[in-house]
Amino acid sequence: MASNKKYWKSEAELNPNDSIVEALRQNEFVEQIPADDFLGDKQNLSSTSTNRRDFLKYIGFSTAAASLAACEGPVIKSIPYVVQPENIVPGVANYYATTIANGFDFASVLIKTREGRPIKVENNTLAKVGGGANARVQASVLSLYDSTRLQGPMANGEPIEWDALNAAVTAKMNSLKGSSKKVVLLTQTYASPSTDRLIMDLMTANENVEHVSYDAISEDAALTAFEQAYGERALADYDFEKADLIISFSADFLADWQGGGYSSGYSKGRVPKNGKMSRHVQLEANMSLTGANADKRFPLTPTAQKVVLAKLYGKLNGTSVGGNTSEYDAIVDQIAAEVKKAGSNAVVLTGLDDVNAQSVVLAINKMLASKAFDPSAPRYIRKGSVKQLESLISDMKSGRVGALIMDGVNPMYSLPNAADFKEGLEKTDLSVLFTTNWNETAEAVQYTAASNHYLESWGDAQFKKGHYSLMQPTIKELFDTKQFQSAILTWMGIESSYYDYIKDTWSANILNGSSWNQALQDGVFVAQATAIDIEGELVAVEEETEMETSAVPIASAVRSLANATSGGMELTLYSKVGMGDGQQASNPWLQEFPDPITRVSWDNYVTISKADAESLGVKNVNVANGGMDGDYVSLTVNGVTIQNVPVVVQPGQAKGSVGLSFGYGKTVGMKEEMQTGVNAFKLYQGFNANQVVTLEKTGGNHEFACVQLHKTLMGRGDIIKETTLEIFNTKDHAEWNHVPQVSLNHQEVPATSVDLWESFDRSIGHHFNLSIDLNACTGCGACVIACHAENNVPVVGKKEVRVSRDMHWLRVDRYYSSEDTFEEDNTKKEELDGLWGDNGSLGGFGEMEDPSDNPQVAFQPVMCQHCNHAPCETVCPVAATSHGRQGQNQMVYNRCVGTRYCANNCPYKVRRFNWFLYNNNDEFDFHMNNDLGKMVLNPDVNVRSRGVIEKCSMCIQKTQKTILDAKREGRTIKDGEFQTACSAACDNGAMVFGDINDENSKVAELKESNRMYHLLEHVGTKPNVFYHVKVRNTNEA
Amino acid sequence: MKKVPYRNQFSKVFVFSLVVSLLFSVSLSAQDAAAESADVSVESAEAAPTDGDPAAGKALFNQNCAACHALNRKMTGPALANVESRLAEEEGLDREWLYAWIKNSPGMIKSGDAYAVRIYNEYNQAAMTAFPTLTNEDIDNILAYTAAPPPAPTAPAAGEAAAVTAGAASGGISNEMILGALALVFALLVVMLFLVNNTLRRIAEANGISIEKERAEKRVPIWKAFAQNQFLVLVTVIFLLLGSAYFAYGWMMQIGVDQGYAPIQPIHYSHKIHAGDNKIECKYCHSSARVSKHSGIPSLNVCMNCHKSIYEYKGNPEGPSAEDLANGYTNEFYTKEIKKLYKAVGWDEENQKYTGESQPVEWVRIHNLPDFAYFNHSQHVSVAGVECQTCHGPVEEMEIMYQYSPLTMGWCINCHRETNVKVEGNEYYEKIHAELSKKYGVENLTAAQMGGLECGKCHY
Repeated sequence: MASNKKYWKSEAELNPNDSIVEALRQNEFVEQIPADDFLGDKQNLSSTSTNRRDFLKYIGFSTAAASLAACEGPVIKSIPYVVQPENIVPGVANYYATTIANGFDFASVLIKTREGRPIKVENNTLAKVGGGANARVQASVLSLYDSTRLQGPMANGEPIEWDALNAAVTAKMNSLKGSSKKVVLLTQTYASPSTDRLIMDLMTANENVEHVSYDAISEDAALTAFEQAYGERALADYDFEKADLIISFSADFLADWQGGGYSSGYSKGRVPKNGKMSRHVQLEANMSLTGANADKRFPLTPTAQKVVLAKLYGKLNGTSVGGNTSEYDAIVDQIAAEVKKAGSNAVVLTGLDDVNAQSVVLAINKMLASKAFDPSAPRYIRKGSVKQLESLISDMKSGRVGALIMDGVNPMYSLPNAADFKEGLEKTDLSVLFTTNWNETAEAVQYTAASNHYLESWGDAQFKKGHYSLMQPTIKELFDTKQFQSAILTWMGIESSYYDYIKDTWSANILNGSSWNQALQDGVFVAQATAIDIEGELVAVEEETEMETSAVPIASAVRSLANATSGGMELTLYSKVGMGDGQQASNPWLQEFPDPITRVSWDNYVTISKADAESLGVKNVNVANGGMDGDYVSLTVNGVTIQNVPVVVQPGQAKGSVGLSFGYGKTVGMKEEMQTGVNAFKLYQGFNANQVVTLEKTGGNHEFACVQLHKTLMGRGDIIKETTLEIFNTKDHAEWNHVPQVSLNHQEVPATSVDLWESFDRSIGHHFNLSIDLNACTGCGACVIACHAENNVPVVGKKEVRVSRDMHWLRVDRYYSSEDTFEEDNTKKEELDGLWGDNGSLGGFGEMEDPSDNPQVAFQPVMCQHCNHAPCETVCPVAATSHGRQGQNQMVYNRCVGTRYCANNCPYKVRRFNWFLYNNNDEFDFHMNNDLGKMVLNPDVNVRSRGVIEKCSMCIQKTQKTILDAKREGRTIKDGEFQTACSAACDNGAMVFGDINDENSKVAELKESNRMYHLLEHVGTKPNVFYHVKVRNTNEA
Repeated sequence: MKKVPYRNQFSKVFVFSLVVSLLFSVSLSAQDAAAESADVSVESAEAAPTDGDPAAGKALFNQNCAACHALNRKMTGPALANVESRLAEEEGLDREWLYAWIKNSPGMIKSGDAYAVRIYNEYNQAAMTAFPTLTNEDIDNILAYTAAPPPAPTAPAAGEAAAVTAGAASGGISNEMILGALALVFALLVVMLFLVNNTLRRIAEANGISIEKERAEKRVPIWKAFAQNQFLVLVTVIFLLLGSAYFAYGWMMQIGVDQGYAPIQPIHYSHKIHAGDNKIECKYCHSSARVSKHSGIPSLNVCMNCHKSIYEYKGNPEGPSAEDLANGYTNEFYTKEIKKLYKAVGWDEENQKYTGESQPVEWVRIHNLPDFAYFNHSQHVSVAGVECQTCHGPVEEMEIMYQYSPLTMGWCINCHRETNVKVEGNEYYEKIHAELSKKYGVENLTAAQMGGLECGKCHY
């Protein structure tokens, strides 16, 4: 938000008649630069001893001297430690288990540090809950080195000392003791036993302290529904591995629904085993990541979903709901039949921001006795209460709040009624904000306390009942920062550190005699099963009493759902996989991360169905420079308008609905490049993601940075091979995993049998292969960020991405079907006949470029395929790319001269050219251009220079490291030791990396699977990356 | 690949070795005179008031006490010169107390002996090792040594310096002699040629062949003839161009090759003294070479492991050699360098305490591989068992560390082609070695055959 403050340069400006001020306003200098005087003075000029020739001589000499001096190498200093820490060996990475719990993302992770610098986030495989790091968590290490971070505490924008801040807070808290005014802590959700205890201690010490939890993106409806049903403010947990049928009403559980982290279990159930896999039906308005993975997807507006949900409940319950027939009856019948058939193997979910809908879903799962549904050990990772927050704001406005202390929240940005909040702040005597970055709220408060990044903090978390996780610092505070909990301890006058406090909490309440050091090393701790069981029984007892009382409310909830009516165009606000709630908006990796669905980076936008776009007269066009443009609309919800929101026409968007993502539109404290998109929180009224909106086309054209302009597969079924579970189970794999045929001596033979080249014998030593299972891949993109972090992939910025100069070594392609299914696409393409006519290819291919209104979606991660017969290697004039015995296609940057022949000859388009120097270049103000950001670079991988091609190396630095470790220890290598950054990041099990010469390895087994195929097999490149045919469970019940 | 960068080096070495070999061949006898050295012995100028043997005491002292005690200087423990008389005067403690203390100091501290406890607390509660094995007699000897005044510094051996100058002089004479001999040989050659020419001429005349001297004189000068012969000019020009290109290439190929680079370091650290004279194992200090890609410059706490007690350089018993003296490497010089270390690490010699004010040492890096080349020390040191000297040269002889090898890619590759992989006793290699050696039909596999020439193994 632009400030209206007027700054003045000197006192003189206060006097409007001052001539110097006037002159300064017109000219940069008050007096003219005396160039004319100097040049006009011929006498003086001619008398100087330096003439033109001398000048040139000097220039020539200094140029020659400079270039000669350049031949000398620079003097490089090496500065060892004075006292080397015992556990640090220069050049050897250390790993620490810690936890991210920033109020939106909760995960147990491992942090790789080099010489004391955290450089990468990895999954903590010991964690049974929350062990998968999504794209944002993978990228969070870069936020540690954000050059815009606060470097110390501030008061009204001026730097102060911590002592001053602490003194101000304690003085205020003491003066408020016993008064009618409250001290309120407004914080993120911590799910932290120690922080809860600490706040309780503070409340006992000061009886006027209150604690309000606030989630920027609220799960209040789900929390309230669960509280009503089970008496605890938490979220039910689901185990998707146990579900045979998943019915989801707008629940984007593969992304951030109720805290996310479900994709691993989901993927396990999606891989066909013994002829069985789970079936997933999604009803939703926006095309979400989850919907894209569904076997059957119904695009419905939120209102329609409510009706369907109510009727489904009625069907399952045997009662009649809503009486009158509607257009959705067919859908309801179909789903109800399936659910009834699956029985307790089915699970129903909803992401609708409606307490009734959430209650009904809980009731259905309870009724089904769903195996996947677990209310006994609920999740604690969302806590925010809308009611409390609203009463806080009204208290603040009426001056009943003496001090407001905030941590991990940015209400001025993320509150729809930020103006009310600001009004309240002005009436609050003391306002303190703990934040890592200068932001909208920091501008409005008195004291801004610079807080630690989670990698600098101690902490703990309980994601789910009985499942604990510890947070430990992996680096000393980079700046003069303190974490909130330490500050509270200081304010309470407690001398001991927060670390001691956590240790106390754990040994008293959690560890039950287990080793603290072991828990800290593992990062996770599961409380003894007995404890959980007892609590589970308690809950069960409560349930029974609860159920009787709640029977009536469910009926009324169903009734009100069934009567839901739409008031016009329905807006569904959602969180993007890359940006979440916007906490990490200044993270360039995340800004450049293409959205899995729209493949647009550096933006948010309105997603709209094609039909609605046409009626509104808005469209997307692809322009000559390879970029995508979109029209602007203005969005109005209840009188609040956001101007100039660009439009993306989204296949699969339910008619009569639009979508807009949170997390963008931040402006305060951000670099200019990072100020992207619009702030959707303004429309988040009543903390309800479903709003009624009016759209109006406004003028102008938005330039998107979209990395994938083609939308459909055009019937090229051999790129993503698909089949249905029925065919997969009943027919021979030659039919559903057809090897492309080529003509040899006028005979049709399988392409794999024809070879232009003599093969190199790779049976000796290691031979690396990467397996990608298209069934297990959800397209979440964690691998993309992991690859960025591991391989020092540069960020190029919006402008460069727009002209197709993105540098991602690994991309996740997204394809829509042009007909209703990909299968129909294939048939249509096969049946094209001639150029003209109804079946003509001229018109036919044109039609196939357009995705269907409710298309099937498929994701395909594509990186360098490391072809054994690589087309790139044969065309390099300088042999800069060559093949290793271990199967890796090696790219030697220092040898590359940048002809780009290889990129042209690559059938997979995975080679990336460094059009510019992306480091130490003022034109690119991203992490590689400041000393702080450079600390994230992996010292084992080159930072590439301008003019060279780069690409996936199959993480040769990691495979070499594994081999060297084994050699040094004199042992053979076990399966699972070889990992690439992407395979290690994939907790879905979609990517498996290993040595196929090791017969016992998982990857060797996967290679023998009959679902295995290579990308573009007919080209004969013999890749070392292979895919597994995607199987869809389209069997209708 | 041409070994162009070696050209200069080779000629330099050749000339140098020629000169040296000639020099030594003549002056061998002159060196003998310098071989004698002054005998340094402990003088017992004054009869000590004790009955011990100071000479035996010195041996015992160096063996048992010197790690923590010096005679005139506080170290981990107090200075011990005249310790007995000092104790007797200041504390009224007798030799019996000392016996007890030395044999079982922890016991005395425990028993609460006042002075024992005081001294224990004064020296940071670092308990003195108990020496139950020392007899009273041994202790008498040690005390005798501590009571003896320090030996007077011996005068620098003047004879040595004289010998050196003599050596230099003899070198000069031999050079002249060589030159004289060479001149003689040349003169003889010229005379012989002249004689042969005359003989031939006479034979020609005798055979009636007239030599047309007059015509020869009318010939165009050779440079004009050369200029007129365009073909010759062309060939010469091409030759010159090729020649200059050859040299230009050679010159350019040595850009960035810093063989012999020996920068001045902030602390004059002598590998010769540490690795050579004192035979400290390389990996004692460069320990990370075993497990890491970096050999690692030792942190200052590693230096202090030894230098906490080695506070001055005593050098050879004979004193600094003439060569060292010529370079200014006196004992005082080295001791001053040790003080630099103390300053950097923040070691207060007086109080034997770390002040906490440290100043990291900014060493100048000598071996600079370009960033695009990956090199791992542990692979070579731990897995392959390559000696450090193979690449770093005779470090134990280097007073000033320099880059011994060119560190060019050609140099790496050559070694990979020639060196066999050390597979013995390494389970990792068992299978691959059996299979690969069968494939290539060789007994021992070179690093190159194992895949050590692949670009991507070092460039990523």
